[in-house]
Amino acid sequence: MKKRRNYNLILGLALTCAMVGLIVMGWLWTPFDPNAMDPASRLQSPSLTHLLGTDNFGRDIFSRVLQGAGATFLIGVAVVLIGGVCGVLIGGFCGYYGGWLDDLLMRSADIITAFPSILLALVIISLIGAGKYRIIIALGVLFIPSFSRLVRGEVARCKSQEYVANARLMGAKDLRVLFVHILPNTFPVLLSSLAIGFNNAVLAEASMSYLGIGVQPPDPSLGRMLSEAQTYFFSAPWYALSAGCAIVLLILGVGLIADGLGGRRRRDRA
Amino acid sequence: MLEVKDLSITFLDDGAKAVDSISFSMAPGERLGLVGESGSGKTVTALAIAGLLDRGRVRTEGQILFQGLDILSCKESELLKIRGKDVGMVFQEPMTSLDPLMRVGPQIEESLRVHSKLTARQRKALALQVMQHVDLPDPETTYRKYPHQMSGGQRQRAMIAAAFISRPKLLICDEPTTALDVTVQAQILNLLLRINEQSDVGLLFISHDLSVVRRLCQRVAVMYKGRIVETGPAEQVFSDPQHEYTQRLVAAIPSRGKGRRQ
Ligand SMILES: Nc1ncnc2c1ncn2[C@@H]1O[C@H](COP(=O)(O)OP(=O)(O)O)[C@@H](O)[C@H]1O
Ligand SMILES: [Mg+2]
Repeated sequence: MKKRRNYNLILGLALTCAMVGLIVMGWLWTPFDPNAMDPASRLQSPSLTHLLGTDNFGRDIFSRVLQGAGATFLIGVAVVLIGGVCGVLIGGFCGYYGGWLDDLLMRSADIITAFPSILLALVIISLIGAGKYRIIIALGVLFIPSFSRLVRGEVARCKSQEYVANARLMGAKDLRVLFVHILPNTFPVLLSSLAIGFNNAVLAEASMSYLGIGVQPPDPSLGRMLSEAQTYFFSAPWYALSAGCAIVLLILGVGLIADGLGGRRRRDRA
Repeated sequence: MLEVKDLSITFLDDGAKAVDSISFSMAPGERLGLVGESGSGKTVTALAIAGLLDRGRVRTEGQILFQGLDILSCKESELLKIRGKDVGMVFQEPMTSLDPLMRVGPQIEESLRVHSKLTARQRKALALQVMQHVDLPDPETTYRKYPHQMSGGQRQRAMIAAAFISRPKLLICDEPTTALDVTVQAQILNLLLRINEQSDVGLLFISHDLSVVRRLCQRVAVMYKGRIVETGPAEQVFSDPQHEYTQRLVAAIPSRGKGRRQ
């Protein structure tokens, strides 16, 4: 059997590893203090001292991009974690047991997913207030319905497979059947959705920070940098470009992984 | 050991009666064949006996007495006690009857995990022994394989090992050889025969192929559209079929020498 190279997956993994490497570096060390202002060196273009130039307060953009990407990355991961874990539990139990609770939860999920998620996030934010951690909660909760639905569908599919009947016949109890035999078999599908979910979370965080309700100043976030940069788009284009490229690269890497995983699954099924 | 009395099974979603008041019984260690064309209700009957029907989705009438316990009306907890210990089942499709993400060895041990107090080491030793018994090649290596690394015949042997490891009283085989090619089919049939003769496990062998059932079983029940239309000793049903449907089945068996088609 000759293996076909999965270039999307390889490229995506490489890009994401590079990004994560930079992000981890940003947590440990940055060339400058990302929040240190220096009125003497405002809006400088990229140079050897300031790799990506400086912003309107004279802060080093490279350092801010590193830490901003870190914040964005953490928010994305936390959101996907909340949505994924709750989605797996809710979808798992709904798909396995069915019944009226299943009907109720899935109809609710239908209703919630019918609205644009950024709109709902704004509603939640207006209720609980803005800030980094509140954004994580708002987006995480909003991601639960779609993950639940996905997992529920996969569980329902796996449940009718003979190996599940076989496990039950061998005496495995419900929880073991669900957690050992069914849920792991939903992960291949779940994995690429998690990657897509991560990207949506990154974009949502960027949009919300752009609107000023996400990460609060002076902490850097890619979305807020983008929003601040637009004033100086013509005088200091490197500011907007740095923040924008960081978002694009982060999303591109994870998007390629999602695509690669999906492609591998399609070939496996064939 | 097993007694099915006036069993009827109706699917609630479409109201179709898949099984219509069938009755038969099995003695310990007996090999009973259940024959019929596809869609005649064989699998549904097998699932009912194994207690695997979704009680919320079907309506059942009649009784299935297995060692005195009524499978249809007993509590789920009582079912758990006999599942994997007293009843084993081998499914038709070896591609889908093993968990694709779990190594084969642990799957063979599954019923021991629930029903025995053996340690992991003892379970593995027993699994290797049973794998040897069902002629799986190189048990130590096979133990660590995933289902997709095995052939259809090997997977079916693994299924038999899993079903047999806790020495059940009844082994239900639902068309276990239909998906296999002819030579492997013959090997699996011989294996089932050997297992039956060496222990007191009863075989409920389900097939659409009367000639296979004739080779293996002592008694035959012929199913047609959810009903059992004829029962009797295999040779007798085969040589002197009473029901018109059985006669057609027998006539459809290609005789030796004419060349068998797959
Ligand atoms: N899950 C199900 N839901 C509804 N009808 C079913 C289901 N499973 C089987 N049936 C029906 O029950 C009948 C018997 O099916 P089955 O026992 O699988 O036949 P066999 O195994 O003899 O080929 C068929 O008519 C089929 O349509
Ligand atoms: Mg069948």
